[in-house]
Amino acid sequence: MAPTPNDAVIVGGNRIPFARSNTAYAKASNQDMLTAALDGLVARFGLAGERIGEVAGGAVLKHARDFNLVRESVLGSALSPETPAFDIQKACDTSLEATVAVANKIRLGQISSGIACGVDTTSDAPVALNEDLRRVLMDANRAKGAMDYVKLLGHLRPDQIVPEIPRNAEARTGMAMGDHQAITTEEWGITREAQDELAVASHRNLAAAYDRGFFNDLVTPYLGLAKDNNLRPDSRLEKLAKLKPAFGDRETGTMTAANSTPLTDGAASVLLSTREWAEARDLPVLAKFVDAESAAVDYVHGHEGLLMAPAYAVPRMLARNGLTLQDFDLYEIHEAFASTVLSTLAAWDDKAFCTEKLGLDDTLGTIDMAKLNVAGSSLATGHPFAATGARIVATAAKLLSERDDWAHGGRALISVCAAGGNGLVAILERA
Amino acid sequence: MTDRYSQFVNSQLGEKLADMVGMPKPAKLRRHEPGQPLIEGAVLLGGDGRLSDAAAKAMVGAGVEVHTELAEAEETPRYAGLVFDATGLTSAAALVALHEFFHTTIRRLGASARVIVLGTVPSATETPAERTAQRALEGFVRSLAKELRAGGTANLIEVHPGAEAGIGSPLRFLLSGRSAFVDGQRITVGPATDHPPVAPEDPDRPHAGKVAVVTGAARGIGAAIARTFARDGASVVCVDLPSAGDALAKVANDVGGTALQVDITADDAAQTIIDHVTARHGGLDIMVHNAGITRDKTMAGMDEGRWNLTIDVNLVAIEQINDALLASDVLKAGARIVCVSSMSGIAGNRGQTNYAASKAGVIGHVDGLAPTLAGRGITINAVAPGFIETKMTDAMPLATKEIGRRLNSLSQGGLPVDVAETIGFFAGGDAVWVNGNTLRVCGQNLLGA
Repeated sequence: MAPTPNDAVIVGGNRIPFARSNTAYAKASNQDMLTAALDGLVARFGLAGERIGEVAGGAVLKHARDFNLVRESVLGSALSPETPAFDIQKACDTSLEATVAVANKIRLGQISSGIACGVDTTSDAPVALNEDLRRVLMDANRAKGAMDYVKLLGHLRPDQIVPEIPRNAEARTGMAMGDHQAITTEEWGITREAQDELAVASHRNLAAAYDRGFFNDLVTPYLGLAKDNNLRPDSRLEKLAKLKPAFGDRETGTMTAANSTPLTDGAASVLLSTREWAEARDLPVLAKFVDAESAAVDYVHGHEGLLMAPAYAVPRMLARNGLTLQDFDLYEIHEAFASTVLSTLAAWDDKAFCTEKLGLDDTLGTIDMAKLNVAGSSLATGHPFAATGARIVATAAKLLSERDDWAHGGRALISVCAAGGNGLVAILERA
Repeated sequence: MTDRYSQFVNSQLGEKLADMVGMPKPAKLRRHEPGQPLIEGAVLLGGDGRLSDAAAKAMVGAGVEVHTELAEAEETPRYAGLVFDATGLTSAAALVALHEFFHTTIRRLGASARVIVLGTVPSATETPAERTAQRALEGFVRSLAKELRAGGTANLIEVHPGAEAGIGSPLRFLLSGRSAFVDGQRITVGPATDHPPVAPEDPDRPHAGKVAVVTGAARGIGAAIARTFARDGASVVCVDLPSAGDALAKVANDVGGTALQVDITADDAAQTIIDHVTARHGGLDIMVHNAGITRDKTMAGMDEGRWNLTIDVNLVAIEQINDALLASDVLKAGARIVCVSSMSGIAGNRGQTNYAASKAGVIGHVDGLAPTLAGRGITINAVAPGFIETKMTDAMPLATKEIGRRLNSLSQGGLPVDVAETIGFFAGGDAVWVNGNTLRVCGQNLLGA
């Protein structure tokens, strides 16, 4: 397709290294980390004092005071204070959805530049008042006289001091995400060995990417950390095989701490613009944002696995763009769990799933695993929920820009599953 | 970076105490502020030679009040500077002219005054007697520099015959607050080339429209260099190790430049820099090799790793990047290369055989390349900082630090900006005939002088 005036292109990205929960960033807030990620992006592209059309992003775990997190981060950054910003939240899809929002505004001609970003901390997570205590206090706020207060005193109980701590669990099922995925993993018969292999590949690919300087213009150090501290370059199958299951059946389960993502702190950002905006500033154009598709599944009633929504979104997006699953040079499938990636791939190659659930005539087929997550993914980098999408978009865009001899002209498929049965997928093409 | 001793002796009580017991009294140095005049007060121009006219023209052009006759003390009680053209002195007997001029005028100098002697490069003289006289100037200036008080400096500019028009840039630099910590030194101008000096349109923004790359820009002297170039109008590409990226980003954002995370010892470092400046800026005007490391150990205790790393970062990387820049077409017309050497490279330092070798090597690199670049209108020079107040020197033991600070004619450490201003001088469009110099920024430190 010939470039239109309103192509949304990816100029580049910046993130801070991701840190396992309660390690390097234990004392950093979401705003601290997001500001650092934005400042690194500004420095990379010489945007100090520049008014960007829009900054969109968010966090999953937010304090009440962070209702305007992205705008506050912009105000603390080197960007022009006249740069508007808004918060969104879509669990692990947050910054990919922000990328879609910014790209669409650019394509519609509403803005000529924008930043999509996301941040999360599980180390500085909000702790809420006990729900019973909160109700009593709200009643106290409404109380009119001394007698009302006395009555309310009688409602106070010692157990109300136990706070509400956020859990990585689904609101409607009370089950941890990993336990949900364990059901899917078993349904699709994903082996322990295949999951561990994917985990080892993720670490190996990420380590190799660091070694060749791939992240020199994608990552800016923060608080003394220069690389993702979850990375285990010497990760080996034999070592991983010794770990006990962490989800599902604790004896026979196949999902371990190594083939699941750890709780992680971090922030990531992507700069998008029109071609003209980038050219006017002599900035690079790495890739073009082509399309995106959302899907959601009914995991509540057990009709589908919690993290299987991308399996539904991809075929719809492929059909709209006249593409097959094999028409890609790179696949960036978020490794929430190794088995999420493998279950999704298994579903696309399953006749019954593709015909009955997707309504296709045939399977989507398999992919060349050598094209999957070639610079590592969440199992190695870790997964600060809202930051992952921006990390993947920037990584995929830079990978596409590195070669001009791609078999399919340079096309990447991005797939990110999310809590609540949501999923979001996107296509990038070499610019 | 606070010099508490200086603060104390500049207080009322401290000043009295210092006088009583004869402690050194470091003066507050005059440093350049945008918008300020080149020098506050009149400059007396004396001597008789081939540079008088060019010097007068350069100073008047820069808005300096120039006297050629000593004014009455009632009219001009204090002079801001004394400039003496000694190029006419062709014999030892003629040196008495120095005494005639300075004997009385030296008492008329104000605070942060400037003494500048203009001479001929001794090796470019015509007779042995002339060379004798010209060579004598260096000893004279170095001694006079030690006699000046209240932040005054004395320096020598040696000019090749035919390069008289190149006097403006070093003269303006030495008169200004930009040269605050350059004392007792010699700057060589010439030989002249087909590329004429171009004076800046706006003296406050001498690098307007230029693109400068500064290595080691994340902190200390490198950050000051980036800030100084940005203040003077340049677009600055701040380079440092990927691991220093957060501090680097802050500097880049402060100066409205860009951050480029690259290990200068990597095989593709030069190409990364070339690609960046080509894509973002269409070329490069000013390359500043500031990045450097120390890995101190006495020779017997030094492992090969310390030796190699220091030589690689401080010397080999500079050679490789310069070779690549000069072989490519990335350098714009009138490009400037400035390297950072060190006083240790001149004087030597115990425990720094590797560092001093690398920094002396830098001087050789500059000496060697300079004549090959002159024809292209490109220059390469070096600065050799002495004791400069940084976080690194902050961490030194108190006694060592105090000795380092005081052992110079200005009785204080320099600031990172002093090094940066000197680099800015070398990078000027009007400094095209200032090539192959290594200029110490040391307040006339006793070491290696």
